[in-house]
Amino acid sequence: MKLQTISIFVDDQHRAVDFYTSRLGFSVTADIPMGEHRWLTVVDPTRPDGTQISLEPKGHPAVRPFTEALAADGIPFCVLGVDDVHNEYDRLVALGETFTQPPTPMGPVIVAVLDDTCGNLLQLAQWVG
Amino acid sequence: MTDIYKALADETRRVLLDELLGRDEQTLFELCMKLAMNHDLTPTRQAVSQHLGVLEEAGLVRTERRGRYKFHTVDTTPLSQISERWPSREVQP
Repeated sequence: MKLQTISIFVDDQHRAVDFYTSRLGFSVTADIPMGEHRWLTVVDPTRPDGTQISLEPKGHPAVRPFTEALAADGIPFCVLGVDDVHNEYDRLVALGETFTQPPTPMGPVIVAVLDDTCGNLLQLAQWVG
Repeated sequence: MTDIYKALADETRRVLLDELLGRDEQTLFELCMKLAMNHDLTPTRQAVSQHLGVLEEAGLVRTERRGRYKFHTVDTTPLSQISERWPSREVQP
């Protein structure tokens, strides 16, 4: 068994796919119209068999209060591993993206917290051992 | 209004002020992580939130909501009343 797909709830699928591809470097694996929304997944192009992210619309009424409460307290929804968190921080800030937490050493990792522009925070983590 | 002495009486709140000196505008998540990693303190998130509330009521922390996020910044101004009330003085032998 492997973790095939996780869902990240997003405000807007158009903005989400733009952010996750052009800013974070994921590539689209599925984009299937489903009525008002799309079944929209992305994956790390260097690991096409890796876990996909479904950019899921916030259809269910419980989702918005949940994501808003996490965001208000600065809690990232998931962790993305990076080789050099300082480089990623500088690159994304230069592109106008927002971090709620700059790279911060936390024991075996250096972490930063990034706004995904569609309602979530993502933790970028660099393992330093 | 909590007086600053009561706010300072708690070790976790003093550590929160120490960590807040490091950088303005920190989230609750960042502060919880720093308590755990740097001080081996693991109160619940709700407890940390309550501690920040006491510090805010005493005027030692300012909270700003920007966009979706809530940030905390230290304000040491109220601490000056301590040294004004009890200024340090040379003890004559």
